[in-house]
Amino acid sequence: MSASPVYLDAASAAPPHPVARQALLAALDDGWADPARLYGQARRARQLLDAAREAAAATLGVRADELSFTPSGTAAAHSAVLGGLAGRRRAGGTLVHSAIEHSAVLHATERHVAGGGTAVAVPVDRLGRLDPAAWSAAVGAPGVALAALIGASHEVGTVQPVAEAAAACAAAGVPLYVDAAQLVGRAPVPAGWSVLTASAHKWGGPPGVGLLVVRKGTRWESPWPADERESGRTPGVVNLPAVVAAAASLRAAAAEAAAEAARLAPLVDRIRARVAAEVPDVEVVGDPVHRLPHLVTFSCLYVDGEALLHALDRRGFAVSSGSSCTSSTLRPSHVLEAMGVLSHGNVRVSLHRETTEDDVERFLAELPGIVADLRAEAGVVGL
Amino acid sequence: MTGPARGDASPQVLDCRGQRCPLPVIKLARQLPELPVGAVLRVLADDPAAAVDIPAWCRMRGHEFVATHPEGPGYEVRRLH
Repeated sequence: MSASPVYLDAASAAPPHPVARQALLAALDDGWADPARLYGQARRARQLLDAAREAAAATLGVRADELSFTPSGTAAAHSAVLGGLAGRRRAGGTLVHSAIEHSAVLHATERHVAGGGTAVAVPVDRLGRLDPAAWSAAVGAPGVALAALIGASHEVGTVQPVAEAAAACAAAGVPLYVDAAQLVGRAPVPAGWSVLTASAHKWGGPPGVGLLVVRKGTRWESPWPADERESGRTPGVVNLPAVVAAAASLRAAAAEAAAEAARLAPLVDRIRARVAAEVPDVEVVGDPVHRLPHLVTFSCLYVDGEALLHALDRRGFAVSSGSSCTSSTLRPSHVLEAMGVLSHGNVRVSLHRETTEDDVERFLAELPGIVADLRAEAGVVGL
Repeated sequence: MTGPARGDASPQVLDCRGQRCPLPVIKLARQLPELPVGAVLRVLADDPAAAVDIPAWCRMRGHEFVATHPEGPGYEVRRLH
């Protein structure tokens, strides 16, 4: 009980990269002024902001003027969806999206539909993979303004066929928005997208910084009241120290990404295999091959997800869940629902650069007993 | 939706309305073995997770998920073994 805590929820927020901490502290001293003003302190802040933008753009392989910082990944996703639709309203009012988009994308979609627009959700299979034929048909239909595809599922880790989806969009003349929150800083992002978003606290940057990238030539129109900041793409003064920390840690995370993926992917393989073998009546979900290197999700039959999270927390393990009893809406995860996999007793484990093999072994050693105890308490053993 | 086949005119009903996940699935797992092989059990469950978890349980346990009915909502499961 007194062992050191094991944090396994990097997909919600990764622990800060050491580079982020250093850059944040330095920028607090040097980057507090309004970068839009015309005096020395402001010019210093402007230099820091420009350098952060150049660094983030170079890491992503885009032009600096294509990249804007936003107050969160959610704000970036809202801007991507609503701005992409507004910019193409003459082409039509339909948004095509996968059934497993992040809730930020789906909430922006609800806003679009409430305003008279339409949305088409493209299904996924049992492993959480987009149905490419349904996608092609949907984006090829008349009146499609924008298509949105999550690059890799934040809930089950399945990597989506972005290049194939982008080709279908290109053939139909529809811009593609890719939510790359789980890819940026961890894995390469396939080409072919027109709009991309990411979130700094997923790669070890600070919370409260998102990235919105709009490629040159993309019809995108800000859905927000006018503001000259960030090329007019996102209103308000950015949190400059956090932006500097986000850019510095993105460069560091991207430089380490291949080595980290090579280290973490076998640990995820081990979790997938051992959980399936050592916990009875468990469903390990998501694509076993085409998946994120750091994330694995499973569901334990007859187990209450909230009770499981609390039991794990008491033993020092921090994980998240897509079970309905753990959500504020009391609905199961729409991702698990779209895949048709068990939603109760659900656990998502996501690793990061500080995760050790010992952490994983401790989790694997304790999990079967924790699940067995909960089943014994509920009287469901042998069902 | 399709009605029960094989002559099951009125399937046995298990009322799990008002119960949260995973209780409806647990009740189903307890009840179904009480029925003869081939019989259909209709589970009434208003927890939205039941719509996902009852078909998933059928797949994991090798029973047949027959149909969803809007009233209840109700989920019909046939015991296969």
